[in-house]
Amino acid sequence: MRPLTEEETKSMFEKLSKYIGENIKLLVDRPDGTYCFRLHNDRVYYVSEKILKLATNIAREKLISLGTCFGKFTKTQKFRLHVTALDYLAPYAKYKVWVKPGAEQSFLYGNHVLKSGLGRITENTAQYQGVVVYSMADVPVGFGVAAKSTQECRKLDPMAIVVFHQADIGEYIRHEESLT
Amino acid sequence: MGRKLDPLRKVARGPGRKAKKQQGAETELKKILVEDIDAKRLSSRGRKRAAKRRLVEEKPSAGKPIPKQNGKVQAAATGKKPIRGFSDDNSVWLKPVKRARTEQETASKEVEEESEEEEEQSEEEGDKGQSEEEDAGALSMSESDDLQDDFGGSSDEEDDEEAEEGEELLPIEKESAKLKQKKLKKKLDGEKTQDSEESGIQLNVDSDELFQLPSAEDLEKELSTGPDLSTVQERIKDVVGVLKDFSQRGGASSRQEYLGVLHKDLATYYSYGDFMIQTLSDLFPVSELVDFLESCEVHRPVTVRTNTLKTRRRDLAQALINRGVNLDPLGKWSKTGLVIYDSSVPIGATPEYLAGHYMLQGASSLLPVIALAPQENERLLDMCCAPGGKTSYMAQLMKNTGIIVANDMNAERLHSVVGNLHRLGVTNCIICNYDGRKIPKVLGGFDRVLLDAPCSGTGVISKDPSVKTNKTLQDIQRCAHIQKELILSAIDSLDAQSPTGGFLLYCTCSITVEENECVVDYALKKRNVKLVPTGLDFGKEGFVRFKERRFHQSLRLCRRFYPHTHNMDGFFIAKLRKFSNSIPAAPAGQETENPDPAQPNEQKEGGAASTTKGAQTNTPKRDPSKSPKQGPSKSPKKGPSKSPKQGPSKSPKKGPSKSPKQGPSKSPKKGPKKTFGKIKSKTAKGVQSKTKKSFKRKSK
Repeated sequence: MRPLTEEETKSMFEKLSKYIGENIKLLVDRPDGTYCFRLHNDRVYYVSEKILKLATNIAREKLISLGTCFGKFTKTQKFRLHVTALDYLAPYAKYKVWVKPGAEQSFLYGNHVLKSGLGRITENTAQYQGVVVYSMADVPVGFGVAAKSTQECRKLDPMAIVVFHQADIGEYIRHEESLT
Repeated sequence: MGRKLDPLRKVARGPGRKAKKQQGAETELKKILVEDIDAKRLSSRGRKRAAKRRLVEEKPSAGKPIPKQNGKVQAAATGKKPIRGFSDDNSVWLKPVKRARTEQETASKEVEEESEEEEEQSEEEGDKGQSEEEDAGALSMSESDDLQDDFGGSSDEEDDEEAEEGEELLPIEKESAKLKQKKLKKKLDGEKTQDSEESGIQLNVDSDELFQLPSAEDLEKELSTGPDLSTVQERIKDVVGVLKDFSQRGGASSRQEYLGVLHKDLATYYSYGDFMIQTLSDLFPVSELVDFLESCEVHRPVTVRTNTLKTRRRDLAQALINRGVNLDPLGKWSKTGLVIYDSSVPIGATPEYLAGHYMLQGASSLLPVIALAPQENERLLDMCCAPGGKTSYMAQLMKNTGIIVANDMNAERLHSVVGNLHRLGVTNCIICNYDGRKIPKVLGGFDRVLLDAPCSGTGVISKDPSVKTNKTLQDIQRCAHIQKELILSAIDSLDAQSPTGGFLLYCTCSITVEENECVVDYALKKRNVKLVPTGLDFGKEGFVRFKERRFHQSLRLCRRFYPHTHNMDGFFIAKLRKFSNSIPAAPAGQETENPDPAQPNEQKEGGAASTTKGAQTNTPKRDPSKSPKQGPSKSPKKGPSKSPKQGPSKSPKKGPSKSPKQGPSKSPKKGPKKTFGKIKSKTAKGVQSKTKKSFKRKSK
């Protein structure tokens, strides 16, 4: 377990800012204590300093996880967000997409969101903007990348993809092994 | 508005046309009704009497035309419409009109005519009715009296009287009367025989009560042929009945024989191994044993726990109901539990589940966390956490504050812990993969520890039926041994000086005494802990004495849960508290034994006698066998000898044994100065009270 290097921090924050923009600040400076990012087994954990201190007692190979896992660095040193980060992305998300109940199930199986399943979308969403996907009951179900801007979405045919799938909460069941 | 009153306009008064018609119908109805009453009056007996009347009539006036009366009476008796045609003398040549005409008419007309004809008929009938009445009046007054009496309700006596009037009866009627008498006789006889039959049944019961045990040969035969389950079940019932009331129904065989047969039968019927049946029958009285085995065949209801970090129970219930789930709140004792009765969707894969709004969790595994009662901002340890249900419940009760260390020895099972904790939005957890017995070397100073020890699983037979046959005494002993090691290391990682606690919650999903009471009792001997009430207002008390074993009296405070009494998995819960005051001394003494857990076990299990610190508090009262030794040695200790003893024992031991990382720095410094005074006074008190107890016990 170690702090992130300069490069790693940069690539991770770049990724995060696609979803929550300048709200990253709120993640770093929290009123309820110091929180920090730590790298462990190529995974980035977001954890309070208090917990971090206790966790330093634990041997590296015995430590499985702490705090919240945000994602991992691939072998090519790119950062990939995990669905476990959703709890922190959803409250700060700048652009959101709501999917209809019928399409919700399909999205939870790892499919992209089609125009026919699109319930609502935040105004002014640009193309390739990171968006958090909600169900119509306002429950965050995952996140992805907008395939088209809001304007273009209006005149798409129903089978066209609106949001590219990146992560969804169905992964808690489908990829339980790879979450850590 | 409305009509004005016009004086000039005359309203027709009196019955209008329709009214008139209705009146006509009324009169006709009356006739019909009268007939009906007649029909009623002439029941089967009435008919007989009518026949008699006929006879009487026949004799004096043979010339009277019989057919006419016959027809009438029959018609009246059956309540049917009389035969079409004319009933008076002219009937011979006069024919009803209809028959002649019907064929020529069209269908539509026929309907009309039929109705007309019916009217005609009814008129005719009316005439007949009248004539009949007249006739009846003419016949004889006595008969009419009879009729009236009959109307009120016939009595058997009358019948008898009639029977006596044998001379007046036709042969057929005589026979019928005979038949009747026969029937009556039979009836009486039947009642008698029934009585005798009943008494016979009674006798049978009596004979059943003397239930005969199957002989050894019978049993052998059964074994060779393969047992018939229904007879086995029958025999189980019988034997249980006998055993319940053995003094009355014991018979020649001994109780042991009965029990032997019962155990064998239960083993075959529920397909248990002999060892499990024996263990279970040691735990329960006979009748309860059958209940227990029966309830182990049924699955417990599916329950879920609301994740209050993300939602509320009401919202969750509504969302699930909308998905076609049939549910109910779990019980008064839980504010977050829901029972799922049935569901049209898989309950472990709904979007709500994936979003972490609830956790699938047995009712029994909510209890230990409720009993542990974690507070906010505490430091908790869950020693055997997989799959993370209890851990997440703890985090939920702490509202994601403080720190929870979730440990499990099995790395494979930790995947599910990581998944579940992240899904449920728990952020205050450290998940690690140590052997629970080594935890005190790594981490310490916890406010509360939950030890859900690995066990033989005898409480969850309904979930895993392989327990029925797989488990042997060795398995249970092995589990018990690991549990003893774990409970000691759990106690060692507790911080007794914690302002809010120093609590250990020990629970297993096993119901054997070896894995529960024995382990807790062992911990009481080995460490400075005491049992405290669990705070659960239901469940059965722990055993204080079991077969040859005698446990500490406070083991009553443990709670046991059974499938047949509480409809949850079999479970055992004990809440222990580390004395706050004795931290410096006692744990120091214990620390010497700490290495044990890592080392072979004989030392520990056999080494009960060597417990120096145990002597000061717990052991005396618990072990009657030991009390003579310790009783005297302790009482002098109480005042003066205690402090010196504790002092030295603590300082040398602690230094080397404890790991350099955690607590030690604080405890040696703080311990002696601050707490010493307290220790003296408190322990002294404790010892006093305990010695009192022990003396009481001795005197008994």
